[in-house]
Amino acid sequence: MFDPLKIYTIMTRQDVLSELKKVLAPYTENKAALNEINDQTDLIKDLRINSSNLVDIIIDTESRYNIEIDTDAAERISNVGACIDVIMAKMEQKV
Amino acid sequence: MNRVVVTGLGVVAPNGVGVPAFLHALRHGVSGIRYVPEYEQLGYNCLVSGLPDFQQEELRSYLPEVIFHGFNGKAIGYAVKAALDAWTDAGNEIDTDEARWETGCVFGNSATDAGIMKTVIARVDSKEARKLGSRVIEQTMNSGPTAYISGRLGLGNKVITNSAACATGSQSVLMGYEYIKHNMARRMLVGSTEHLDPYMFGSFDAMRILSRKFNHAPAQASRPMSASAGGFVPGSGAAALVLEDLDFALARGATIYAEILGGACNSGGQKSGGSMTAPNPSGVHRCITDALADAGISGESIDLISGHLTATAADRLEVQNWATALNRSPENFPMINSTKSMIGHCLSAAGSIELAGVVLQLKHQFVHPNVNLEDPNPEITHLVGSSNLPTSAVDKELNIVAKANFGFGDVNTCLILSKYTQ
Repeated sequence: MFDPLKIYTIMTRQDVLSELKKVLAPYTENKAALNEINDQTDLIKDLRINSSNLVDIIIDTESRYNIEIDTDAAERISNVGACIDVIMAKMEQKV
Repeated sequence: MNRVVVTGLGVVAPNGVGVPAFLHALRHGVSGIRYVPEYEQLGYNCLVSGLPDFQQEELRSYLPEVIFHGFNGKAIGYAVKAALDAWTDAGNEIDTDEARWETGCVFGNSATDAGIMKTVIARVDSKEARKLGSRVIEQTMNSGPTAYISGRLGLGNKVITNSAACATGSQSVLMGYEYIKHNMARRMLVGSTEHLDPYMFGSFDAMRILSRKFNHAPAQASRPMSASAGGFVPGSGAAALVLEDLDFALARGATIYAEILGGACNSGGQKSGGSMTAPNPSGVHRCITDALADAGISGESIDLISGHLTATAADRLEVQNWATALNRSPENFPMINSTKSMIGHCLSAAGSIELAGVVLQLKHQFVHPNVNLEDPNPEITHLVGSSNLPTSAVDKELNIVAKANFGFGDVNTCLILSKYTQ
């Protein structure tokens, strides 16, 4: 059954994912893994991002989407799926 | 006790970046002093500075991509360039999977990076501290240079940050020498760095100890030992030396530049004429004679003095101290030169850059000129004889060189280096 809202949501998730690749790019030397990221990709284990850089990724994400990610939400971010969840939730709050 | 040799050099000097450029500049008396328009806008008395021709962008090939991203540290940048250049100059690979347990690092610097702190202050004052990110501390902590260098090269022995004002660079070399000599490390990457931002420059300018009468002719502004010396010209840069246990160096077939025979470091205690800014002459004498004793030589063996000689009123006192400590008269005085005549006073980096110059003079058997010494101070000529103040490069047999630096806080360091012979 056609559900415009669902398509909208899926498209947005993909948009966020491809935007997120650009945000993550300066923080990983594992470019092959970056190209293949999905919801399950772990930032530290799979992309080998230095854990101290997670705060920089959050700051870059905030400025890219013009949102504010509070410390509690930031602590939930460990894999790509969680990143996208947090970004989308914050963007929804804006709307 | 182990013999200690120099096997690698890296230089980011105002008059030459990289060993070939620096060697050429030393031979030909090339000045690295430039006019800085910003200082005129800021209303400073001194409008000239020794500035290395170096762009931060060059570090892209020195640091991993993720570390280069978000890197702004100026003094750390000079340090990384000099240290990695010295390391490869010594014939070593950059990358390693395991820590290099036999190799340590002593690298000095002076103040924190005020350019970065300016951003921090603005963010904090506008209640945006959380936007500072994770990279401020590593680039403003005093141990930033050693942290970046040792991390890039996997250095696993002692990693120490030293600071002794204008004696910092020679002190770092002395410390590295001592660790190898006493068998605590086989190899030490040593040196120092300085980036003089407008805030620190202005603070020196306020002391009225800087050159101000040659703003129109920057290359003439740094005039150590001259009658017209009117203050020092501050400079920036870095240099690094790879020091190595002789046996370790020979075993890996390293090229040897020179040998460090000995050295000493002390303080005059800010007594008997010494103060925060002036040396106690007895402290300087002891430092030089202790260095000679450590090297096992007498004052008569010195072929060249590479002085601290900043182009202030202290030059005459320094030369007097050398004459007393080495027990040399005008008839048999060694040649004496000041690298600062070309690069200015690079403060924390002065000792390491000038020592790189000493090593190159020993390796290539020449004495670099004192530029701008058309009018030597008669009181200095009286002590050393006019033939020992070269104003153009002199090719000569050079066996042993004495190098010293003296810093605020009445701290002294002296090193004795020689041509390497088996």
